[in-house]
Amino acid sequence: MAHGARQVGLPTWVFVPAAVGALFVVLPLAAMLTRVEWTDFFGLISSDSSVDALLLSLRTSSASTFLCVIFGVPMAMVLARTSFRGQQLVRSLVLLPLVLPPVVGGIALLYTFGRRGLLGHSLDVLGIQVAFSTTAVVMAQTFVALPFLVVSLEGALRTAGGRYEAVASTLGARPTTVFRRVTLPLVLPGLLSGAVLSFARSLGEFGATITFAGSLQGVTRTLPLEIYLQRETDADAAVALSLVLVVVAVVVIGLARGRGTI
Amino acid sequence: MKRWTGAMAAVLLLAMGAACGSDDSGDTSSSGGEKTTTLTVYAAASLTSTFTEMGKQFEADHKGVKVKFSFGGSSDLVAQIQQGAPADVFASADTANMDKVTADDLVEGEPVNFASNTLEIAVPPDNPAGVASLQDLAKPGTKVVVCAPEVPCGAAAQKVEEDSGVTIKPVSEEQSVTDVLNKVVTGEADAGLVYVTDAQAAGDKVKGVTFPESSSAVNVYPIGALADSKNQDLAQQFVDLVTGEDGQKILADAEFAKP
Repeated sequence: MAHGARQVGLPTWVFVPAAVGALFVVLPLAAMLTRVEWTDFFGLISSDSSVDALLLSLRTSSASTFLCVIFGVPMAMVLARTSFRGQQLVRSLVLLPLVLPPVVGGIALLYTFGRRGLLGHSLDVLGIQVAFSTTAVVMAQTFVALPFLVVSLEGALRTAGGRYEAVASTLGARPTTVFRRVTLPLVLPGLLSGAVLSFARSLGEFGATITFAGSLQGVTRTLPLEIYLQRETDADAAVALSLVLVVVAVVVIGLARGRGTI
Repeated sequence: MKRWTGAMAAVLLLAMGAACGSDDSGDTSSSGGEKTTTLTVYAAASLTSTFTEMGKQFEADHKGVKVKFSFGGSSDLVAQIQQGAPADVFASADTANMDKVTADDLVEGEPVNFASNTLEIAVPPDNPAGVASLQDLAKPGTKVVVCAPEVPCGAAAQKVEEDSGVTIKPVSEEQSVTDVLNKVVTGEADAGLVYVTDAQAAGDKVKGVTFPESSSAVNVYPIGALADSKNQDLAQQFVDLVTGEDGQKILADAEFAKP
């Protein structure tokens, strides 16, 4: 982004707090590495329950990222390209899960989609039971991850501006064509980075899941829940699984960085 | 510039030092000329209400003493104690977790068993699935929530299942009794296996269904003063309160059984 801009020297003192901050993030990860039981590492992470948890996490995070894109892209466009009364309020409400403790999100979901929740009875009549299902996990993850996609895409849309779209429109392109041929390619990096953030957030989701979906091997017990449970009896397994989660997260971010989207 | 670096580093170090210093348990601190001593008690989550009550009584009986509690899952608390958390007393929800602490020589003397607890079925007040016995939990279509076998309440549930020959297919294996209870209170689950005292504490939000098979898994609660405590005498006095007449009455009122 800063191509051609002349590098301005930083004040020297900046490096001290920057280094302390970086250490604060990196040191705990390094400390965890020192606790990993390497001799039995694969034994620890290849138990049935661990493999189930990892696969479930990857599956549900992919599904929730897909949902985030399906709903988040239109939301970001409405927020970035239109103006209406109360838009500021709508934006704040939509972004609320960003600052909300996930447990609170889980409780809110429970009272909405739970058996005795706001919509629970209607869903029950339709034969849909969300509680204790993998669907509930995906819903919890989507709830907490959606704002990440909306925020990054809305930012990208605003930065890109509406000029190209206006030009395309004056040349006779219909709104859908403008969206497909101009807007989308323009903000694709923003969309990808938003999707990656959503995926990462879904992968780490814990509070809303345990509150709303419960915890059952292969159905609702995702990797973070499995780690939390393993800690009760087998600290070594918990550390080994934590490392797996770190590696998956690093790979996801690395892939995204490689494409220059973050 | 160079001077700034030094000043910044100094400020950071000071800030960190202050943060660490104030976080210390502060065994004795003087405020307004009067000396106050803090006694830190680590106790299983199921003891929250009873121990809070005993703490108030202890403070009333000991002038200048403040009792601080950390309630949590027993295994969490053990991990913290093993990592050097500043605790004076530890009360566990099962002997297995207390054994881990004694094995590391962190308990002063021998732990004392002070209470016990058995399982009970908790159902929503309207009991939608009509649960009346342990066998009813095995009926297909009944949504049952239990604790995961890794935590004490789940281990107890597993033992009851094995001894009675009833196989429950739970819809969820939760992390703690509180999580199980919550799924019942909100009506998500038709029934949950919790401790008698938890169902009692939930009041009229759930109905308790006792079952004879519960006697095969009795959870015993041990308590002990910790070896690293700087207030050995006070710690021992708190243990005495819990095991003594007053403490036992508070526990009995909450439906805890004798050890």
